[in-house]
Amino acid sequence: MGVEGIGARVVRKEDKRFITGKGRYVDDIKLVGMTHAHFIRSPHAHAKVKGIDSSAALKMPGVVAVLTGREIVDDKVGNLICGWAITSKDGSPMKMGAWPAMAPETVRFVGQAVAVVIAESKNLARDAAEAVAVDYEELPAVADVQAAIKSGAPQLHPEAPGNQVYDWVIGDEGATDAAFAKAANVVKLDVTNNRLAPNAMEPRAAIADYDAAEEHFTLYTTSQNPHVARLVLSAFYNIAPEHKLRVIAPDVGGGFGSKIFIYPEEMVALWASKKVGRPVKWTGDRTEAFLTDAHGRDHVTHAEMAFDANNKITGFKVKTYANFGAYMSLFSSSVPTYLYATLLSGQYNIPAIHAEVIGVYTNTTPVDAYRGAGRPEASYLIERLMETAARQLKVDPAELRRTNFITQFPHQTPVIMAYDTGDFNASLDAAMKAIDYAGFAARKAQAKSQGKLRGIGVSCYIEACGIAPSKAVGSLGAGVGLWESAEVRVNPVGTIEILTGSHSHGQGHETTFCQLVADRLGVPISQVSIVHGDTDKVQFGMGTYGSRSAAVGLTAILKAMEKMESKAKKIAAHALEASEADIVIENGEFKVTGTDKAIALPMVALAAYTAHNLPDGMEPGLKESAFYDPTNFTFPAGTYICELEVDPGTGKTSFVDFVAADDFGRLINPMIVEGQVHGGLVQGIGQALLEHAIYDANGQPVTASFMDYAMPRADDVPSFNLSHTTTLCPGNPLGIKGCGEAGAIGASAAVINAITDAIGKNNLEMPATPDRVWRTINAA
Amino acid sequence: MSTVKLTVNGKAVAVDVEDRTLLVQLLRDHLNLTGTHVGCDTSQCGACVVHMDGRAVKSCTMLAGQADGASITTIEGIAKGDELHPMQAAFRDNHGLQCGYCTPGMIMSAIDIVHRHGGQLDEATVRTELEGNICRCTGYHNIVKAVLDAAGRMKVSQAAE
Amino acid sequence: MYQTTYHRASSVDEAASLFAKGSESKFLAGGQTLLPVMKQRLASPSDVIDLGKIKELQGVELSGDTLTIKAATIYYDIMTNADVKKAIPAIAYLTSVLGDPAVRYRGTIGGSIANNDPAADFPAALLALGATVKTNKRSISAEDFFQGLFTTALEDGEIITAVSFPVPAKAGYEKMRHPASRFALTGVFVAQTKSGEVRVAATGASQSGVMRVPAIEAALKANWSPSAIDGVSISASGLLADIHGTAEYRANLIKVMAQRAVAAAR
Repeated sequence: MGVEGIGARVVRKEDKRFITGKGRYVDDIKLVGMTHAHFIRSPHAHAKVKGIDSSAALKMPGVVAVLTGREIVDDKVGNLICGWAITSKDGSPMKMGAWPAMAPETVRFVGQAVAVVIAESKNLARDAAEAVAVDYEELPAVADVQAAIKSGAPQLHPEAPGNQVYDWVIGDEGATDAAFAKAANVVKLDVTNNRLAPNAMEPRAAIADYDAAEEHFTLYTTSQNPHVARLVLSAFYNIAPEHKLRVIAPDVGGGFGSKIFIYPEEMVALWASKKVGRPVKWTGDRTEAFLTDAHGRDHVTHAEMAFDANNKITGFKVKTYANFGAYMSLFSSSVPTYLYATLLSGQYNIPAIHAEVIGVYTNTTPVDAYRGAGRPEASYLIERLMETAARQLKVDPAELRRTNFITQFPHQTPVIMAYDTGDFNASLDAAMKAIDYAGFAARKAQAKSQGKLRGIGVSCYIEACGIAPSKAVGSLGAGVGLWESAEVRVNPVGTIEILTGSHSHGQGHETTFCQLVADRLGVPISQVSIVHGDTDKVQFGMGTYGSRSAAVGLTAILKAMEKMESKAKKIAAHALEASEADIVIENGEFKVTGTDKAIALPMVALAAYTAHNLPDGMEPGLKESAFYDPTNFTFPAGTYICELEVDPGTGKTSFVDFVAADDFGRLINPMIVEGQVHGGLVQGIGQALLEHAIYDANGQPVTASFMDYAMPRADDVPSFNLSHTTTLCPGNPLGIKGCGEAGAIGASAAVINAITDAIGKNNLEMPATPDRVWRTINAA
Repeated sequence: MSTVKLTVNGKAVAVDVEDRTLLVQLLRDHLNLTGTHVGCDTSQCGACVVHMDGRAVKSCTMLAGQADGASITTIEGIAKGDELHPMQAAFRDNHGLQCGYCTPGMIMSAIDIVHRHGGQLDEATVRTELEGNICRCTGYHNIVKAVLDAAGRMKVSQAAE
Repeated sequence: MYQTTYHRASSVDEAASLFAKGSESKFLAGGQTLLPVMKQRLASPSDVIDLGKIKELQGVELSGDTLTIKAATIYYDIMTNADVKKAIPAIAYLTSVLGDPAVRYRGTIGGSIANNDPAADFPAALLALGATVKTNKRSISAEDFFQGLFTTALEDGEIITAVSFPVPAKAGYEKMRHPASRFALTGVFVAQTKSGEVRVAATGASQSGVMRVPAIEAALKANWSPSAIDGVSISASGLLADIHGTAEYRANLIKVMAQRAVAAAR
């Protein structure tokens, strides 16, 4: 590895603009003649919209237009789609209720837009919004998943009787039942996976600009995948054909899944821009983010695990109710099914698994992928169950895991996934050593003498990421392929531009992707730039989510690089009068191996573009592209162990130590990988201790600001002790597995396992707030 | 409407604004200093932190009029030309930022923390002092490292001056 | 935020007269409470009268056994003030854990008490120390000043000018923070006056705002030590309950925070 090559801790190229205040986020952009949108949102969880009177608002100075749900439907803007078809166990397709961008007739969650005010300033738009009178007829509402499936519950969509979207199954029920019939021990657990609000720090925003002469739209938006946005806006929402719609996702302030989806606000901004003939800008505030950004998690699960007399797992049965909120968001259907139940084998050899997942509508904000998306729910369930089992079977929790680890690879689980490689003992060993697991009992006793309850909690997670092999996901119902694209442009002067379909919103692609180029060509990363986030600049690509940018996106770049290098070698060989096979690339030069003959990359590039002396028949230019479709998911895995103390007087948790031993395959930039893990761990800890998006029984959100929704702050969380064990991923040439979601997937169970260990009671739901922990300690 | 006169990053400015204008709106919308961000509505996230007369304040929780006569420094005003402020450099060198959205407020708060505590900073103090700044990306680990690193650098650069 | 007219007053008298001219005026000092409310359009004052730059409202004075903090003194200046640290270190501590550093540069003691916000910290100190609230019209004992949730004895247009605290023999403050807002989920201020009286006040706990805790006062009067409170039972009735703390939990916190405040008292 060079100083800037693969494996080097290169400081980020993109940082300078962020640390000097020169980042360019959507809300930083102003267009000439720009108007401002303010949405009128339902205060009711469920209501009929009987009428909208905007006459007073339209008379206010500075008001350009008030547009309603009726108008957007009449203009044939398409309803929002869900892009992954799931089939119920009875063979029926999932049952989708219609979701118009603004509600013409019925609102089904607090915050759903019914109209929009377009005005000369943001303040004026909001002033005028208060003058718009909306006549609602309230309907009974239901927010809780268990309440929604009861007979007599308020019904959300006529298309979905009983509020049921689907009843989906995976695995072999007969084999699983047989395993339970023969079990020496059965361990049962009920688990609620709390609903979370993603809360990227940058609220969503959009600016739409319609050019009437060209019949062309430009959309600046906070997106993790601008091409997917353009595709969906064109193909399903009838905004404009793809060549008449440019989508730009400039600097984006965090996503965590919530900025994958194409939201009503972008659709309305585009449509309104054409209606009013001026650019329209919308910037959400934090309350709007709580009300309208797709939430995460929200599962209620009953699970049972069967063990034989040797404490080997023989069967696993799971029944999960997944709360989808009021509408099916873009990838929501896949999250509690193919992203969740396919990971229920965890790191363990489980011969028989059966899972049933019932998707349910409620009068709440739609739920979709949030950092980890299904995999945190699976990992939390398994790892809470393993801990519960260890307590019930009276064996050491780490040993119980070790007894059941998969050790032979490849390994076909009973729930679709084929794990390609891994070494689960290695990461468990590394984590146990790092935290001095053996010395814990003494530390616990010491803490007890000081009035503190000390606990230790293990979590061994595995995830499927590098999303995803297109053919495989297509066979499971996905509406898109999940490959990635890249183009490598060597300019005539030898500088290099990499155009990628991945999108960086904090992940550091502008640095790591350059490191691959530096590694292969030996050029400084200052000579390389990464171009992303603009459908006019970059070829179609699939964007960033599911820990895919390195495993899939970077591999696409590698493929394009290989093509470019192959052509460049031919040019170099021709210029050096050598055989192509003898050309090697070192330090930015093409050398004839074993000689001192060399030609620098800029000269090769110049030769390619002057085309004065190219090999016979060769096209001029030095630019290659590639589409890379992975052959399998990748399987990052690891062990997290957390040691903490509970203050019995207040129930407050304080961390003593938190260690993470991850296997991500090859690391391109360990500094950036560690940063991803830190952030993921804190999101997992946040779920375990602090965060919960709560609705009351009538569907009114209780947590719609940071005053009520507890975000992790610096003094809530510890510093982390990270290490890596490595098995290279055989599925891609770089051996990369992906690291973006691991922390969020594995951390929660470690925390809850540690708290329950500390307080000596196994049943404790997330978030383990001080109140909840104190009440659990003091419960009879 | 009122005319608010203040000094921003060393330059005297006079801006006509509605009285309801917040300081952050004056900076972003009227002076195009978009490095200062807005991340919440409830004065908690700290993305909007700037220095007023040398002290870190939340510019979303001040009327522009309250800053009349004051000297404001924003993230755009702390580097000396091409030379980064030691806190900026420490955030870069310690990977104390990912998406960059909270970063300007973090850096402005962190400079104030070091000014108040000088050489007395430890990890626990930094974590406590960052209470008013929320980051969703970094898990704070590297932010804390950056602040501690910068505290050392700022002491050295002060000693040199 | 709704339209409003901003005025900066240079004296208390000017502030009072500006207030009287507006149809629905509000005073603003640091703005750390009022502005968030105005931003959410939950308040729509016609006129906002800024007290923050009035010189006569700034500063701390220690005179004999009385510590006086002028109303527009910011938290940071209180927590770092040598007289405060010497006379009533518990107030310096309370101020140092109030809000976050940026809030402490703007927020004022007057603002902390003017609303009787049930989760504000300073009301507990005033009540436990038997402080006197000085206004431009009169002096009001803390007991009379706090009249229930978001209610004080202040009349329309009345301006808090200072708070005077009798210097106690010992005082301490501890709180459990609300995990989200970081206000006091429950905070308890304990004080032993120089005449031997014990006063204990809890904030964040009661549905009626800051309150005295007679049972703990009696226990501490008999024996000023954390363990004296062990046997005290606090009723959950009338206490606040929300997603971050049940009434029972807050009742427990009153006890635990009181014990810790006693242990910390100086």
